[in-house]
Amino acid sequence: MSEYRCPECGYTYDENKGDEHEGYAPGTAFSKLPDDFACPDCSVRFKGDFDKL
Amino acid sequence: MKGYTATLPDGEAIYYVDRKRYLWTLSVIYPLQPFIGIWLHAETGNEAWLLLPIFLGYVVNPILDWVLGEDTNNPPEAVILQLDRDPFYRALTYIVVPLHFVSLIGAAWWAGTQSLSWWGFLGLAVVAGITSGLGINTGHELGHKKSKLERTLAKIVLAVPVYGHFWIEHNRGHHRDVSTPEDPASSRMGESIYRFARREIPGAFRRAWAIEKDRLERRGKSAWDPNNQILQSMSLSVVLQVGLLLAFGWKMIPFLIVHNVFAWWQLTSANYVEHYGLLRLNDENGRYERCQPHHSWNSNHIFSNLVLFHLERHSDHHAHPLRRYQSLRHFDNLPSLPSGYFGSYLLAWVPPLWYRVMDKALLALPHIDGDLDKVNIEPEKREMIFKKYAESGSASS
Repeated sequence: MSEYRCPECGYTYDENKGDEHEGYAPGTAFSKLPDDFACPDCSVRFKGDFDKL
Repeated sequence: MKGYTATLPDGEAIYYVDRKRYLWTLSVIYPLQPFIGIWLHAETGNEAWLLLPIFLGYVVNPILDWVLGEDTNNPPEAVILQLDRDPFYRALTYIVVPLHFVSLIGAAWWAGTQSLSWWGFLGLAVVAGITSGLGINTGHELGHKKSKLERTLAKIVLAVPVYGHFWIEHNRGHHRDVSTPEDPASSRMGESIYRFARREIPGAFRRAWAIEKDRLERRGKSAWDPNNQILQSMSLSVVLQVGLLLAFGWKMIPFLIVHNVFAWWQLTSANYVEHYGLLRLNDENGRYERCQPHHSWNSNHIFSNLVLFHLERHSDHHAHPLRRYQSLRHFDNLPSLPSGYFGSYLLAWVPPLWYRVMDKALLALPHIDGDLDKVNIEPEKREMIFKKYAESGSASS
């Protein structure tokens, strides 16, 4: 399980925790997020832009 | 006045004072404008005073922008973090939230309790509407932040103009799709503001609803679940407007219709001027290129920026959507509007004048340089526009 960070605003997706507000259950792998996943906080960086921590 | 100290990478110590610090209170008191008209009407008995805020907004504001000119000062990068964290600035955005409610309720009270002529009544409803349009601006500043408090305040203040979907639509839709033909909130070359409004207003609502519905479905909930953030804000709008109807009677029906339409029209006007004709091109993967500074029109006119929480420094806002208003920066050689927003709206409301000024400015932008393939063009006008500029030789001449 890893964490991925938005390089623009610092939003971090933690695979262990998922993102309840956005509807991603704990344990949801980053790779399983939709292909058009945009940063939930800034919306100007996309799945492929995120940095793996 | 409070100052910030920092050390530059080369070891030089700097001390920065934000000279606009207290001037930002203009963004807080400006939404109280209906009360100037109401007070003068009460004092003199002349209903024409009720229209004063319209005159202030669309005559005095553009004149002040012209007289006071532009402000290109930027805070040094080294103090941005301190500036962002200074609670004074965010307190102003909190204080203005209840004032938007006070303003609408005050205007409705005056319209509902005084015997006004039809034009005085209509004028006051328009004033209330353009003032609540400023509430969308407040909701915009608050809604871009991460804290739960600020996001909640955004949803609350957006209840005043009945635009509860804006927070989702703007942050999750417009910022993602800006300056593409798919974005209902980016205007196209050759598209009049009146045509744009018919695409933008329903298109923005549909996009917000779809985004929120998707989120709720991922959580196993219906789109009509109480967790729907659009419905949360809209519920408060219903309470507010039904409350005004019960308090001041049937007169509130025309008053609130005019109010709501003019509040939305403020946002439509802002959206129309902010990205007119600008187009993100496809990158090597066939996706739209990342939004660049040249994908927004800007204005550095100081007065209108001071009453709009720096909204007109729009390129930096799109580059860094979470950046707080006091820290937004000016950059040289950005697409620039001929006036601040209020003056630009006047131009936009007269499409032939708008096209005359802005089409030329658009095609002269360095990254476009007359190339119509780099412009977001209204499809129905495409042939006509290509023909027009083919006949005139170079599009940029």
